Amino acid sequence: MAKSPETEHPNKVFGWAARDKSGVLSPFNFSRRDNGENDVTVKILFCGVCHTDLHTIKNDWGYSYYPVVPGHEIVGIATKVGKNVTKFKEGDRVGVGVITGSCQSCESCDQDLENYCPQMSFTYNAIGADGTKNYGGYSDNIVVDQRFVLRFPEGLPSDSGAPLLCAGITVYSPMKYYGMTEEAGKHLGVAGLGGLGHVAVKIAKAFGLKVTVISSSPKKEEEAITQLGADSFLVTTDPQKMQAAIGTMDYIIDTVSAVHALYPLLGLLKVSGKLIALGLPEKPLELPMFPLVLGRKMVGGSDIGGMKETQEMLDFCAKHNITADIELIKMDEINSAMERLAKSDVKYRFVIDVANSLSPP
Amino acid sequence: MGKVLEKEAFGLAAKDESGVLSPFSFSRRETGEKDVRFKVLFCGICHSDLHMVKNEWGSSIYPVVPGHEIVGVVTEVGAKVTKFKTGDNVGVGCLVGSCGSCDNCTEGMENYCPKLIQTYGFKYYDDTITCGGYSDHMVCDEGFVIRIPDNLPMDAAAPLLCAGITVYSPMKYHGLDKPGMHIGVVGLGGLGHVGVKFAKAMGCKVTVISTSEGKRDEAINRLGADTFLVSRDPKQVKDAMGTMDGIIDTVSATHPLLPLLGLLKHKGKLVMVGAPVKPLELPVLPLIFERKMVVGSLIGGIKETQEMMDMAAKHNITADIELISADYVNTAMERLEKADVRYRFVIDVANTLKPSPIL
Repeated sequence: MAKSPETEHPNKVFGWAARDKSGVLSPFNFSRRDNGENDVTVKILFCGVCHTDLHTIKNDWGYSYYPVVPGHEIVGIATKVGKNVTKFKEGDRVGVGVITGSCQSCESCDQDLENYCPQMSFTYNAIGADGTKNYGGYSDNIVVDQRFVLRFPEGLPSDSGAPLLCAGITVYSPMKYYGMTEEAGKHLGVAGLGGLGHVAVKIAKAFGLKVTVISSSPKKEEEAITQLGADSFLVTTDPQKMQAAIGTMDYIIDTVSAVHALYPLLGLLKVSGKLIALGLPEKPLELPMFPLVLGRKMVGGSDIGGMKETQEMLDFCAKHNITADIELIKMDEINSAMERLAKSDVKYRFVIDVANSLSPP
Repeated sequence: MGKVLEKEAFGLAAKDESGVLSPFSFSRRETGEKDVRFKVLFCGICHSDLHMVKNEWGSSIYPVVPGHEIVGVVTEVGAKVTKFKTGDNVGVGCLVGSCGSCDNCTEGMENYCPKLIQTYGFKYYDDTITCGGYSDHMVCDEGFVIRIPDNLPMDAAAPLLCAGITVYSPMKYHGLDKPGMHIGVVGLGGLGHVGVKFAKAMGCKVTVISTSEGKRDEAINRLGADTFLVSRDPKQVKDAMGTMDGIIDTVSATHPLLPLLGLLKHKGKLVMVGAPVKPLELPVLPLIFERKMVVGSLIGGIKETQEMMDMAAKHNITADIELISADYVNTAMERLEKADVRYRFVIDVANTLKPSPIL
């Protein structure tokens, strides 16, 4: 007979899970494996609420395996380390991000690109290397292979640093890969100002890029400039300003996940400009070909980053004092937070104070 | 610059959106100090010519004298011309002018200059509308003239001035020119067949991707492609998933991108050189989860075009052509519309284009 989540592993764990596509989260007892020789057990302090968590609990992408314990922006303290673990010791402050497994032997893994490994497994809602389901960071602890654990740098706060583990690396990786950081003074447009977008502004500024936020909401302008440090703000519904900005940007990072028009964004790019899509729309977008061909423009994508690069990103953010702007919530406020997230009513990431508010009934 | 409208010229022009070409007398400027004047021997018929004579892009200014795959022999050079002399074999492609000072121009990318002047249908500095190579002679600034190496047959080299550079430029720019790479070529027409030849010359493995079986034999036995894949056959597509470093997509009709993206390896690049008029559906997930890219490309700069021509000479790359007389041009256009040509019509201008008897 199949084992229940509570009994399938030796160690009892408590968390919150969604049990169906209503997405409503509630207390959930389950279990995790013993700490193996390559593992680190992490007592979870904080966990960021990523938009992916919302999509998954509601089965927006059609592959949710309930019950789902979300959470892949996890910061905590190592409480146990296996005998082969060399990089961490008990008491270290560590992070766990979007992936907790890969084959560790393919070309992608050899190049520290575990995120592109065909056998990569996500921190939650995926099958792990032992064939059992992975549960995420809306829980009191997690057991992770050391390769997928990150050292949380001195000086980086655990709560506002947590979202960097997904949002941070998701914008950092394409900035490096697509060459945005190679020359000083390049102009980057950031489309969308949510969890990804606001971190993109901060990281891009630290790289010395000129940053324009591209948004359909004029009321985000003041925050974008005074709080986040953007150089300018472009409202997409203002035709004159859009016209004046044509052909001015070297790159655009597009964080918008709703279906939206690419044509006006492509127009903002200079010749040979690159638009990097990071949002995950439910349907294909329309790609107008003339702007692409006439201007040698490019549309590319990117998916989080490998472990080495994620560590590099955390160290970079610590050095430049980059954290997310967060709203700290208690575990039992998560359902209201999800409702607000669905309306983009957050500046700019919810983070669950797990250690202080997650308690078994 | 030469004086305006000083030398008589004759050619073939479309006078309206029917696209029918007929004899046309006009004038070209005198040879200016930086100009090269040449007698046109041959001119390739590019699919763009068909779009332009029928005003399919909405930008045609009639009368249109098409032709931007032009080769001939120099008859006169201006006093400040240094690179060419009378008797040289030369060619002119899609561009005859650019600003010369923007970033694109200074980096050898005149093709992306916002003030670029195309070989036909564009306003030149003297306020005349440029006329292309379906005509007896051309005059062009030396900065836009290409030397045709001696070992290349002029007629079969002409299409390289547009089709050749259009596939060569993105292969070089995106690093898809390394020996051992696997390149897909979608569409086997004017662009596609030249794409296969250049990719093979670069040492790449080449798969031709087509919607029907009919071209398999040609692709492999005549053009030298390594494999052939029918994109409408799900099994063939599935077997080739994730195997290509780059794909050169020459198709200008609307078509699905999802199977092409699936054929690419991680980090693979889908290069669009055909230009469908309507937007295509872009599935974003393959771009994100497999870090793939869709990029556009438009001909190439002048230095690069010369480089391409020199490479073609070294590897004996020419277009597969059907040489036609000037009075066959309207029939050729009809056949081109049905893709009934292997793989480029070239007009034998010098031998068959005569001035209209009624002037």
